[in-house]
Amino acid sequence: MALLDICRHQDWKAILTPFGAQKFSVSCGSEVTCDEFKVPVGVDPSKFMNTFSEKDGKLKLQFNHGTTTLAFKFQHGVIVAVDSRCTAGKYIDTQYFKKVIEINPYLLGTMSGSAADCVYWERVLAQHCRIYKLRNKEQITVSAASKLLSNMLAGYRGMGLSIGSMICGWDKKGPGLYYVDENGTRLSGNMFSTGSGHSYAYGVMDSGHRYDLTIPEAYDLAQRAIYHATHRDAYSGGTVNMYHVKQDGWIKVSQEDVGELYQKYLKERK
Amino acid sequence: MNKDSHSETCLLQFRYPIFTVLALAGDDFAIVASDTRLSEGYSIHSRESPKCYKLTDTTVIGCSGFHGDCLTLTKIIDARLKMYKHANNKTMTSGAIAAMLSTILYSRRFFPYYVYNIIGGLDEEGKGAVYSFDPVGSYQRDQYKAGGSASAMLQPLLDNQIGFKNMENVQQVPLTKEKAIQLVKDVFISAAERDVYTGDALKICIVTKDGITEETIPLRKD
Repeated sequence: MALLDICRHQDWKAILTPFGAQKFSVSCGSEVTCDEFKVPVGVDPSKFMNTFSEKDGKLKLQFNHGTTTLAFKFQHGVIVAVDSRCTAGKYIDTQYFKKVIEINPYLLGTMSGSAADCVYWERVLAQHCRIYKLRNKEQITVSAASKLLSNMLAGYRGMGLSIGSMICGWDKKGPGLYYVDENGTRLSGNMFSTGSGHSYAYGVMDSGHRYDLTIPEAYDLAQRAIYHATHRDAYSGGTVNMYHVKQDGWIKVSQEDVGELYQKYLKERK
Repeated sequence: MNKDSHSETCLLQFRYPIFTVLALAGDDFAIVASDTRLSEGYSIHSRESPKCYKLTDTTVIGCSGFHGDCLTLTKIIDARLKMYKHANNKTMTSGAIAAMLSTILYSRRFFPYYVYNIIGGLDEEGKGAVYSFDPVGSYQRDQYKAGGSASAMLQPLLDNQIGFKNMENVQQVPLTKEKAIQLVKDVFISAAERDVYTGDALKICIVTKDGITEETIPLRKD
């Protein structure tokens, strides 16, 4: 009865319990089932978390961070490109992290900031999108999905979450691209880039972007923008993962190592 | 007592991650290895405290970090595994355990478990799988991962020997079980040479479709 638990529809419990039967609640303890967020007692949660990330603090709890992501709209849909480096402090945790979350076959969410926060909240968003589809028999719009996410995050403002995400999709209104962040900011636009390397990516994208790009030109622009960001930003690197959102859903275009792209662009310059 | 010193007192119970855990995945096996030294500050509390815990017949977890949180976390995972088994009449797969652990860790986003986890096991198709976590639940499937105090020393060695990184004109041979076990032993012997918190003995758990076997190899005791 997994769906029943998620919907938490109270009327159904009355149907399932026989009339007059003694009901006793089996509580396994919220420690084990993890129903709610635990906070330290008597301390402001965000100050508590700050002590872990203070520069001269003795204890360092490092969470996975750092990135460059970009997305832009053009005549054939939305292109999404991300790097794949995950850093914890100055240690590179992995070079092959998946920073694009496939919410459903029509919606993608990108991830920058704290990896755990992005993955968790976008999974919760995927759950809500699925329930919306079951209840309303149609796909959720990109606008509604991004609004759900920004409202969820606004409830935790000031608690130290770190999320800079772009929700991309194609719905009945056409291609959609929204930027959502941990303060509850939600912006619609034609082009966004987030993460520590975003300024490098904006430079390349702004110089090459037009609405009437062809598909190969758009792929090349996105790849180049991420490559240049990884070249100059220490916290971005690994591979360039690229997705293309079309009318009938998204496809994964390519995953190329940045070292090989360097060789390719070097040859072109000669 | 003002608020700041109260949180300081809470934090004094935490310590640095002071064990080393390693996991690697092959085509039909997975290996999780850890040293067995339990130290705090300048002292060694125990020489026989392994950090790999068997969860199911196909999954082993290695936890490095604050030992109290490691023990509590493994107890919570065991309880959730039993609940799943009773509710669904089947054992959880490695991928499902990894996803569940991610949400358990995230439920403590504002008061984290100070634990770096690595899960090693077989996936539904029988191939080796390694999942590595950060303290608040971000996870990723890898082929190999080192965690804990000597992780920065071990991970580059694994990148070179298993991932064939930073080498040119090298043949990419798939990893056999015997070569993998020998590599793990060599890697821990190197870590024990240069990291003060690694040593005493090495416990290796090898997960194959026939079950989990364990080996213990002595390391430097100094």
